[in-house]
Amino acid sequence: MKRKLEASELIFKIISYTLLTVFALACLYPFVYAVSASISGAHEVDYNEIILLPKNIQFDAFRRMFNDNMFWNAYSNTLFLTLYGTIWALGYSILGAYALSKKRLLFRKFFNFFLVFTMWFSAGIVPQYLNYLKTKTVFNSVGIMDDKWLVVIAMGMAAMNIILLRNAFEGVPSEIEEAAIVDGATEFQVLSTVYIPMSKSTIATVALFFAISRWNGYFWARQMISNSFEKPLQVFIRELLEQYRDAEFIAGWNEVYASDSIIYALIVCSIVPILVIYPFIQKYFAKGTNVGGVKE
Amino acid sequence: MKSKAADFLIYDEASGSYRESPEQAVRDDVEKHYWLHVWRTVVKDWRLYLMLLPMLVVFLLWRYFPMYELLGCFKVADNVLPVSEQLFSGFYNFKLLLAGKDTLSTEFWRALRNTFVLSFYGLCFGFPMPIILALFFNEIKSNIARSVYQVLTYLPKFMSTVVMTSLVMMLVKQGAQTSNMGIVSQALAAVGLVSRETANAGLLNNPAFFRPIYIISGIWESAGYDSIVFFAAIIAISPTSYEAAQIDGAGKWAQMRYVVLPSILSTIIIMLITRIGSLLNIGYEKVLLLYNSNTFVTADVVSTFAQRYGLEGASKGIASAAEMMNNVIGMLLVIGANTIARKASDTSLY
Repeated sequence: MKRKLEASELIFKIISYTLLTVFALACLYPFVYAVSASISGAHEVDYNEIILLPKNIQFDAFRRMFNDNMFWNAYSNTLFLTLYGTIWALGYSILGAYALSKKRLLFRKFFNFFLVFTMWFSAGIVPQYLNYLKTKTVFNSVGIMDDKWLVVIAMGMAAMNIILLRNAFEGVPSEIEEAAIVDGATEFQVLSTVYIPMSKSTIATVALFFAISRWNGYFWARQMISNSFEKPLQVFIRELLEQYRDAEFIAGWNEVYASDSIIYALIVCSIVPILVIYPFIQKYFAKGTNVGGVKE
Repeated sequence: MKSKAADFLIYDEASGSYRESPEQAVRDDVEKHYWLHVWRTVVKDWRLYLMLLPMLVVFLLWRYFPMYELLGCFKVADNVLPVSEQLFSGFYNFKLLLAGKDTLSTEFWRALRNTFVLSFYGLCFGFPMPIILALFFNEIKSNIARSVYQVLTYLPKFMSTVVMTSLVMMLVKQGAQTSNMGIVSQALAAVGLVSRETANAGLLNNPAFFRPIYIISGIWESAGYDSIVFFAAIIAISPTSYEAAQIDGAGKWAQMRYVVLPSILSTIIIMLITRIGSLLNIGYEKVLLLYNSNTFVTADVVSTFAQRYGLEGASKGIASAAEMMNNVIGMLLVIGANTIARKASDTSLY
C-alpha cells in the first residue's frame, strides 16, 4: 500500500529536484561550454555569441593542437609520470602497510607516528625545494639525468593512502594467513596470495588516488623539471594559457578560430581521457571517503 | 593487568622453596639485553622489516630531510653555502616578519590574515553545501536518476587544479578590443550583480572578487564529492525510524529535525572538526594559479608569500620562517581537533 504524500513532503521533493537539477547543470555547463567554444568560429567566441551550442563549426583549433609535437610530448610525459609514479608509490605503500598491519612488528607505534606526523606538519615549500635540489644533484651524480625520474621517485608520497591500506590489511582474517603459513608460504607469498587478493578494492582505490594526484600534479613538476621536452600536460596547459592571455599576442591574432579556442581545446583534451574511464572508476572513487575514519 | 607472584615464581616441592619460572628467566633476559633481543627478532623476521624499509627511506628522504632545511630560518640566507655552514642569526628572521616596520612585515601579516579569512569563509559557505546536497540526494528514490545527479556533481572533482583554474579564468576573463569579457562575467553583468565596467576589467583583477570566486569555485568543485560521506550516513538510517515518526504525525520538517539530523550529527561533527583542524593548510596551488599582482591584497596567503619571496626572490630564510610559523599553528590546530574528535566520538581520525 502506498502512502499518500503529505504537502510538506511534496514541497520538499520539488525543492530537492529543482535545486539538484540547477546544481548538476551548473557542474556540467562549463564543460559543455568549453567543448562548444573550442569548435566555434573566431567571431562567435570572441563576442560571446555562443551560449550553449557551437556556432560556425571549425576543427582548426583541435587540428593545430594535434599537429603540435609538444602537445603529444606533454601528454606522453604525463602518462609516463602517472604510470611509473603510481607503480612506485603503490609498491612501497603496499609493502610498508603490510608490515605496519602486523601486531608483532617492533616499534609499530613509532612507525605509525613517523607516518602520521607527515600529515600534521610539512616543512614548507622552500625547504622542500632546497631538498629536491640536493636530490637532483645526487641523482645527476649517479647518472639519472632526467628530471622526470626525480618527480616519479621523490614526490607524491601520501601517508593517508598507506593508512587506508594498513586498515584494509588489518581487516583480513588471520586464519587464512595461518593456513598459508602452515602450507609453507613465506612473508612475500602471504602478501601476494592472501592479502593483496583479499583487499583488491582498497588497493584499487588507493591506486586511483595516486594516479589522480600524479595526473594532476603541477607545482613541483613546474619547479623541478627544467627541460621543456619533459614537461607534463598540466605545466604545458598553464604555460600556454599564460602565453595566449598575453595582450600583445592576442592583438596579433588572425585565424579562423579565436585564441581562446586553443585553450578550450586543450582543456577538453585533458578532461576527455578521464571522462572515458570515469564510469569504471567511479565506485572506487566514492569508496575512498567512507574508509576515512581510522581507528588506532 | 596486575602481576601475581605465581606469574614468575614456581614452588619447587623437592626442595620446599620457590624458584624462578623459566618463562620469567626469558623475560628477565629480554629486559637485560633489550637491543640484542631486538636484533634477534629483526634477523629472524627479516622479510617483514625489509618490506618496511623502502617506505621509511622514501619518507625520511623527502618528508623529514626537508625539515633539516628549516634550520635556515635561524640563519643568514646564502645561495652558495649549505644550511649547516650559514651564519647563525637567531630569531632575526622572525623578528623581521612579526615586528618589522617595512612592507615585508605588513605583507606577512596580510598573508596570515588572508589565510585565515579564506579558510574561514570556505568553512562557512563550503561546509553546509555537501550536507544539503546529501539531503536532496536522499529525496530521489529512483536509483538511476540519483546516479545521474551524483555522477554530474562529482564531475568537477576530477579536473586538475590547473584545468579548473584555467576554466575559471576563461569564464570571467577581462574584455579587450577584439573580444568580449568571459561568459560568466557577462551573465553577472546582465543580471546586475556586478557593474559592466568592473566585469569588463576582469573579475580576477579585482581584489573584491577574489574571495567569492575562490570559494564559489571551491564549492562547485568539491560539494558533490564531499556529499558522499553524508549521504552514506543518511542511507544508513533505518526506515523504521521514519515510519515511527510518521505514525506520530511528523511531517517532512519534523522528520528532518528529529530523525535525520540527530542520526548524521556525529558525522557532521567529525567532518567539521577535521575542517577546523586543517584551517591553515590552504590549497596554495589554487591560489597561486588564480591570483595576480592586482589581487595580492585579498589573495596572498602564507604559502604563496613564501613561494614569492623564497623561490622567485632570494629571501629563503625569511620565506621558510613565515611558512614554518603557519605550519606550526596548523599542526597545533590539527592535533587539537583530533583530540576533541577522540573525546567526542571515540573515533580518532588518525
